[in-house]
Amino acid sequence: MIPGEFTYHRPSSVAEAVAILVSHGDEARPLSGGHSLIPMMKLRMAAPEHLVDLAGIADLKGISESGDNIVIGAMTTQNELINSALLTEKLPIIRETSLLIADPQIRYVGTLGGNVANGDPGNDMPALMQCLNASYVLAGPDGEREVAAREFYEAAYFTALAPEELLTAVKIPVPPAGHGFAYEKLKRKVGDYATAAAAVVLTMNGSSVDFCSIALTNVSDTPLYAGDASAILTGSTLDSDTIKRAVAAAEAITDPASDARGPAEYRTKMAGIMLQRALTRAAERANR
Amino acid sequence: MNDMTPTREQREAALEGMGCKRKRVEDVRFTQGKGQYVDDLKLPGMVFGDFVRSPYAHAKVTKIDATEALKIPGVIAVLTAEDLKGVNLAWMPTLAGDVQMVLADGKVLYQNQEVAFVVAEDRYIADDAIQLVEVEYEELPVLVDPFQSMAPDAPVLRPDLEGKTEGAHGPRKHHNHIFNWGVGDKDETAKAFSEADVTIKELISYHRTHPSPLETCQCVASMDKVKGELTVYGTFQAPHVIRTVASLLSTIPEHKIHVIAPDIGGGFGNKVGAYPGYICAIVASIVTGIPVKWVEDRMENLSTTSFARDYHMTTEIAAKNDGTVTGLKVHVLADHGGFDACADPSKWPAGFFNIVTGSYDFPTAHLEVDGVYTNKAPGGVAYRCSFRVTEAAYCIERAMDILAQKLDMDPADLRLKNFVKPEQFPYQSALGWEYDSGDYHTAMHKAMDTIGYRELRAEQKAKQEAFKRGETREIMGIGVSFFTEIVGAGPSKNCDILGVAMFDSAEIRVHPTGSVISRMGTKSQGQGHETTWAQIIATEIGIPAADIMVEEGNTDTAPYGLGTYGSRSTPVAGAAIALAARKIRNKAQMIAAHMLEVSEYDLEWDIDGFQVKGNPQARKSMKEIAWAAYHAPPPNMEPGLEAVSYYDPPNMTYPFGAYFCVMDIDVDTGVAKTRRFYALDDCGTRINPMIIEGQVHGGLTEAFAIAMGQEITYDEMGNVMGASFMDFFIPTAVETPHWETDHTVTPSPHHPIGAKGVGESPNVGGVPAFSNAVNDAFQFMGSTHIQMPHDAWRIWQAAKDLGAHG
Ligand SMILES: Cc1cc2nc3c(=O)[nH]c(=O)nc-3n(C[C@H](O)[C@H](O)[C@H](O)COP(=O)(O)OP(=O)(O)OC[C@H]3O[C@@H](n4cnc5c(N)ncnc54)[C@H](O)[C@@H]3O)c2cc1C
Repeated sequence: MIPGEFTYHRPSSVAEAVAILVSHGDEARPLSGGHSLIPMMKLRMAAPEHLVDLAGIADLKGISESGDNIVIGAMTTQNELINSALLTEKLPIIRETSLLIADPQIRYVGTLGGNVANGDPGNDMPALMQCLNASYVLAGPDGEREVAAREFYEAAYFTALAPEELLTAVKIPVPPAGHGFAYEKLKRKVGDYATAAAAVVLTMNGSSVDFCSIALTNVSDTPLYAGDASAILTGSTLDSDTIKRAVAAAEAITDPASDARGPAEYRTKMAGIMLQRALTRAAERANR
Repeated sequence: MNDMTPTREQREAALEGMGCKRKRVEDVRFTQGKGQYVDDLKLPGMVFGDFVRSPYAHAKVTKIDATEALKIPGVIAVLTAEDLKGVNLAWMPTLAGDVQMVLADGKVLYQNQEVAFVVAEDRYIADDAIQLVEVEYEELPVLVDPFQSMAPDAPVLRPDLEGKTEGAHGPRKHHNHIFNWGVGDKDETAKAFSEADVTIKELISYHRTHPSPLETCQCVASMDKVKGELTVYGTFQAPHVIRTVASLLSTIPEHKIHVIAPDIGGGFGNKVGAYPGYICAIVASIVTGIPVKWVEDRMENLSTTSFARDYHMTTEIAAKNDGTVTGLKVHVLADHGGFDACADPSKWPAGFFNIVTGSYDFPTAHLEVDGVYTNKAPGGVAYRCSFRVTEAAYCIERAMDILAQKLDMDPADLRLKNFVKPEQFPYQSALGWEYDSGDYHTAMHKAMDTIGYRELRAEQKAKQEAFKRGETREIMGIGVSFFTEIVGAGPSKNCDILGVAMFDSAEIRVHPTGSVISRMGTKSQGQGHETTWAQIIATEIGIPAADIMVEEGNTDTAPYGLGTYGSRSTPVAGAAIALAARKIRNKAQMIAAHMLEVSEYDLEWDIDGFQVKGNPQARKSMKEIAWAAYHAPPPNMEPGLEAVSYYDPPNMTYPFGAYFCVMDIDVDTGVAKTRRFYALDDCGTRINPMIIEGQVHGGLTEAFAIAMGQEITYDEMGNVMGASFMDFFIPTAVETPHWETDHTVTPSPHHPIGAKGVGESPNVGGVPAFSNAVNDAFQFMGSTHIQMPHDAWRIWQAAKDLGAHG
């Protein structure tokens, strides 16, 4: 439980950080909250020779509204997400999800950027970002590019992020006022990653669903956007038959690992149950 | 007397003696982060040792090459078994009569086994060097399932025992067999079964878990080559035993070994035995003459030092139609891992598992235990229980529920019918124990009334009907557990460790000004001895607890004792304390008589001093007597006021309790919520009710963890799973149920203050209460037994297998 030797860098601008990443290639890793990276280093599952601490870069902080989007700086902590009045009003599902991540000590330090850049299927924010159709702003030696959260994840710990790139911000289109939402997470205890979790955002028109978006956490080696399930529910009245079909469609795309949280079959079924419960709660919350 | 003279009540209260909810004095430093633990220790020039460990569960070790590791600046040495052979320490004896490799000697028997010991200037260098020690392994077939251990073609785990047909506890019948232990009357039991109206039989398994104290095992060994003296600081629950063992192994005379156990951050049985880390640190310090520190990390602790349980208990009960039990038959398959390093009194290979008749009047019983080797870490320690008593309590409490189900009787009523009756005490159990005292019926009725047992059963019935009608997906379980423990090891007639009888001791010195220092052979790991021991002395000799300092853990200053585990401190050392205090009081009486110029027979004890019978104004307080003891003792009397007592208990003590758990289970996710948990404990005389409550809360929290998910598992390759706090279930305040505690008081008739010990009761009684609640919930679907641990997926699996998911 002791990390290998490394050199510590603390740049004060994105450009400076990118320059350090460029000069060390895969031997360098950005460090934000460190609550995923440092444990990996202690287990010597990661052994970066250069750590590029992003804490000194003021530009990576903050939550703002810009047109139809909300933009959240990569270094915004999970605790800041919970306490943001803007998010509570416009994107309450972020607060709900953040409160289910780890424990207060970790949330004071762990960041949104680290959580989504990490590529661990157990992280909660990636599926939520897919549900919200967010995109990630990546800064590299050749400037900035944007990648949709739904396109970002390739496999466990493999993402579209290049070694010399930094994730600087997350851009989220604001869902319509009065939308219903829920993040349902089954976990063994406080501080545990999900056995399975489901994020749902929907809007209702009278008794029928106008729009629906669903994503799942920790039931595959990447977060899963459940497009088919979302499509099945759109236009429906959330009757039990349609929900059954949607749940089956969502379960069908899962491919969880068997681990101490339970065998694969259980985790798939739990993704279905979490989805059902999230749908019920989201529908209750939606304006009609 | 003027108005300022304190009343008797005020004098009594000022003592903060027995029965007082005195705040824990040790918490002043603990809550301020000022405890002094082993890892806080920094000796001049101290270096650090750490292990190269095996990635394989079963393999030959064909080569160890430390050349590259030794090139790292700051690496001092890399020890292997070959080096230890030079000092005859490649293997060490275990408490269970087996031998255990200190470092891999030609092979490894479990994953993470110690292979080489790297000594370096700091932890960072040591860890870097570990990565560079090259070890070549040749994999061998792995044995993880204890039920396969004695298969004819099972791999030979212990070539060192080849041809040995006699083990430490009798004949071995297979190369992976350790011992067979039988108790009771086989023929009578067979007869009871052949004549029974009803019988039940079930394989009840208690899974492998781990005591997981917050502070891991650790030590600092410091050899002074000039004086020829060795000092070992360590997390030792039994420091005196460690000194004796260290002396026998190192051949350093015992008086030149100083063992010091400073503050300990929890033990729960994990810190009783001797581990390769201690031996390697000691050898490294003896060789180098510099202090060597060894500290386990969490994964090392969970995967190598002393697991608990792994008992597979095939249990049968014979009964009459009216529910009267007539016989008990248990066969246990005990998985001990690669070495038998169980920490039991030496003559007891399965501990006191023969308490398995529990609280019930079984006319006859028979028990057999077979211990076997597997490719898993050694251990089998008593995790917050007396030796194998949790296993026994779980076994009988689960089995009684299964019998109740078969008889279609209420499980509480079945227990009431079969309890040992108050007039039967002292009670001779069918498996050889003499229960000292008990009033089970009173305790059970009080518990049932308090929780409203009959109403809960009615509610459960209604819920089951609603579930069948499809109106709810939630079911309800009521867990009943009535346990009898056996603690306080123990009488020298049946308990020793490596030949040392399991007595305990206390020394009390009263200073001239009337304050006290006292030392015991026990060692608190969080139990609050500094508080409670002072309370016993306060009541016995009338000096306020606040003026009494309690010190444990230094073998140079404390009298010899066998340490703290198995709830033995209060039954054994607690008695020694009371008796040492009484010696002081007796001497004080003679001094007071001299001071008051009366005969000592004319005096009577009154709270904090002696007074003349019929003339309470003529009195001398203990403070005055203490001064006189050093200033003007009676002629012909030795000055001073101190005493030592060694106590060999005449019997064990038998605490008991009635626990009830009410649980609601979500059938679709398997998530179980404990709605209520009620624990009534009878531990005899209660020394400090607040400490008892704290002990009960802690033990129940562990019981909750164990029953509901805490587990060490292995895959088929022998890879240890879940050996970190990511998976190993330690509940937080959020998951932990609310505890309702209660008590009755049935003093022990043979203990000087009537106290029985309580620290482990809640773990012993709690696990069956939780497991019975889960099992009870599913009974109406036709289930008889669901194995622990009851984590969500396993409950879901049980529900699925019972067809509850449609
Ligand atoms: C006990 C415990 C429980 C936890 N439980 C949960 C949970 O339930 N749900 C959950 O979602 N998370 C959980 N976490 C993880 C926690 O939320 C982490 O804080 C988070 O995953 C990573 O954020 P970080 O800021 O700590 O990132 P770091 O650990 O610093 O970095 C994580 C990875 O992302 C990379 N990285 C970080 N920032 C950037 C960036 N701006 N650009 C490019 N790459 C970057 C790093 O190089 C590293 O590879 C838990 C952690 C712990 C220790």
